Amino acid sequence: MKADRALVLHLAVLAALLLAHFLAPAYHHANLARIMVLSIYAMGYNIAFGYTGLLSLGHALLFGAGLYGAGMGVMHLGLPAGPGLVAGTFAGGLMALAVGVLALRTTGVAFMIVTLMFAQAGYLAILYFGQWTRGDEGIVITRAARAIGPIDLSDDASRYLVALTLFAAALLVNLALARSSWGRVMVAMRENEERSRMLGYNPFAVKLAALVVSGLYAGLGGAAYGLMFGYVGASLASVQYSILPLLYVLLGGAGTVLGPFLGALLMFYIIDYASSLTDAHQFVTGAALVLLVLFAPRGILGAIRAKAATWLP
Amino acid sequence: MLTLDGITAGYGAVRVLNDLSLSVAEHEVLCVMGRNGAGKSTMLKAIVGAVPVSAGTITLDGARIDRLPAHEVPRQGIGYVPQGRRLFGDLTVAENIEIGLMTRRRGARVRDNVLSLFPLLRTRLGQRARTLSGGEQQMLAIARALCLEPKVLLLDEPTEGLQPSMIAHIRETVVALRSTGVATILVEQRVDAVLAVADRVAFMVGGTVVETAAASGLARDAAQFAKYVGI
Repeated sequence: MKADRALVLHLAVLAALLLAHFLAPAYHHANLARIMVLSIYAMGYNIAFGYTGLLSLGHALLFGAGLYGAGMGVMHLGLPAGPGLVAGTFAGGLMALAVGVLALRTTGVAFMIVTLMFAQAGYLAILYFGQWTRGDEGIVITRAARAIGPIDLSDDASRYLVALTLFAAALLVNLALARSSWGRVMVAMRENEERSRMLGYNPFAVKLAALVVSGLYAGLGGAAYGLMFGYVGASLASVQYSILPLLYVLLGGAGTVLGPFLGALLMFYIIDYASSLTDAHQFVTGAALVLLVLFAPRGILGAIRAKAATWLP
Repeated sequence: MLTLDGITAGYGAVRVLNDLSLSVAEHEVLCVMGRNGAGKSTMLKAIVGAVPVSAGTITLDGARIDRLPAHEVPRQGIGYVPQGRRLFGDLTVAENIEIGLMTRRRGARVRDNVLSLFPLLRTRLGQRARTLSGGEQQMLAIARALCLEPKVLLLDEPTEGLQPSMIAHIRETVVALRSTGVATILVEQRVDAVLAVADRVAFMVGGTVVETAAASGLARDAAQFAKYVGI
C-alpha cells in the first residue's frame, strides 16, 4: 500500500508537469523544460551523494562529458540528435567509470578534492583543445541538427514534451532503483561502509557502480541540455555546474527521489527572483542556503519524510 | 571449524594480538574473557579481516581466510555482530534484514527462520532501525548476521547495556543456535552470562589466550574469573 502511495505521488507530479504544458505561461513553460533537464542531472548527483554518500565536487565533468559527447558527435561525426543523445549519455557513464576507478581510492574530503581536480582538468582541457571543442566560444548546434526524427527540439512545445519524457523516464528509473535491493545497499554504504563490508559487500564495487549510474544520468542531462538549447560551452562544465546539483539536492532533500526536482525548481526561481531584485543575487541564494542548513538540514522532502511521511522514497 | 594459529595483529605499528591461538568447533559456544585492552574485540576484527594479520593463520574448515579481502570473509560463513550494533539507522527492520540476506543470496526460508528466533522483530518490520530500543537493535544486529547462515557467529558484548529480559532472550538465542550446529565466539564480561551459555571459556591477557577451561569446571571455581577479569 505504501509502495502504491509513493508511485501515485510520482505519477501525479508527472501529470502536473504534463498539465503545465497546456496551462503554463510561455516564460514558465520554457523555464520548466530547462528545470526538468537540470533535474535529470541532479537526480544523478543524488544517486552518488544522497544515496551512496559520495560528496563529489566534480560532477560538472560528467555533465560536460554528456554535453560534449553529444555536441561533438553532432558537429564532427554528423550524428543525428537521437544517437547524439545516446552518445552523450554513455560519455557521462564512461567518464564516471574512469574518474571513479581513480578517485574512489580516496574517501571524504580527499574524494571531494580529487573529483574537483578532475573536473578542473576537464574544464581546462575543453579550453585547450579548442580546435575540436571550439574552446571559449563553444559549439552552437544548428536547428537542422536538433531534430529527433520528426521532432524539432528547437520548437518550444516539442522541447517541453521531450524534456518531460526524459524526465519521466529518469524519475521512474530512479524510483525503481531507490526501492530495489541495490538501492538499499547504496544506502547501507552511505550509513556505514565498514559495517557493509562486514556483511559481505565490496565498498569499491558498490560505489563505482553507483558513480557510473550517476554518470549516465549526468551524461543524459548534459546531452539533452546541449541538444535542446542548442549550445555546448565550457561554462557549462565549470565548477559552478558541480555546485549547482549539490545545492538542488541539499534543498530538495538528499536521498529522496523527488528532492532533486523540487530543489532545482525552487533554486531556479530563487535565483531568478533574486536576480530581478539585485545584482548580488548570489548573496540571497547563500542566505537561503544558510537558513536551510540551520532549520532543515535534511532538505525539504527529507524533513517531511522524517516528520510526516516516512513512506516517501 | 574455526582455528586461529599464532595470530599477530594490530593497528599500524601498535601490536595488539601476540601469537594468539584459539579454536572453536561446531555446536560449541566459546566465551572469551579478559580485562579491557586484552585484545578481545581486536581478535574478532582480525577474524573478519577488519584488522590486518601480520603473522599466523586463520582457517575455516581447513581453508585459510586470513588473506581474503574483508568483504569475502562473511561469504565464507562468518557472521559478526560488533559492539555498538551498527545498524543502518535510515533503513527499516525489513530492509536491514534484506541487506543481510542478499550477500549469500538467501531468501524467504532463511528470513522466516531468523524472524522465528526474534518474533518481536516481525512486528517492527516497517520501523526504521534507529527508532528501535537498545534491546531490539541488538536483536536486529544478530538477526542480520544470521541472515548469512553463518557457520561461525562472532558476538562482541551483545548484552552490554540491555535490560534483563533482553539479556535472557539473547542467551536463549545463542543456546538455540548451538543446537543447529553454529559455532559461536562470544566476547562477554558478565560471568552469569558466560556460565549460562558457554561450553568453554578462553581468558585473554596482553593480546593472547593464556588459559582455556571448560565452563562446567569454572562454575565451581570463581577464582579464575577474579584472576583474569578482576571480578
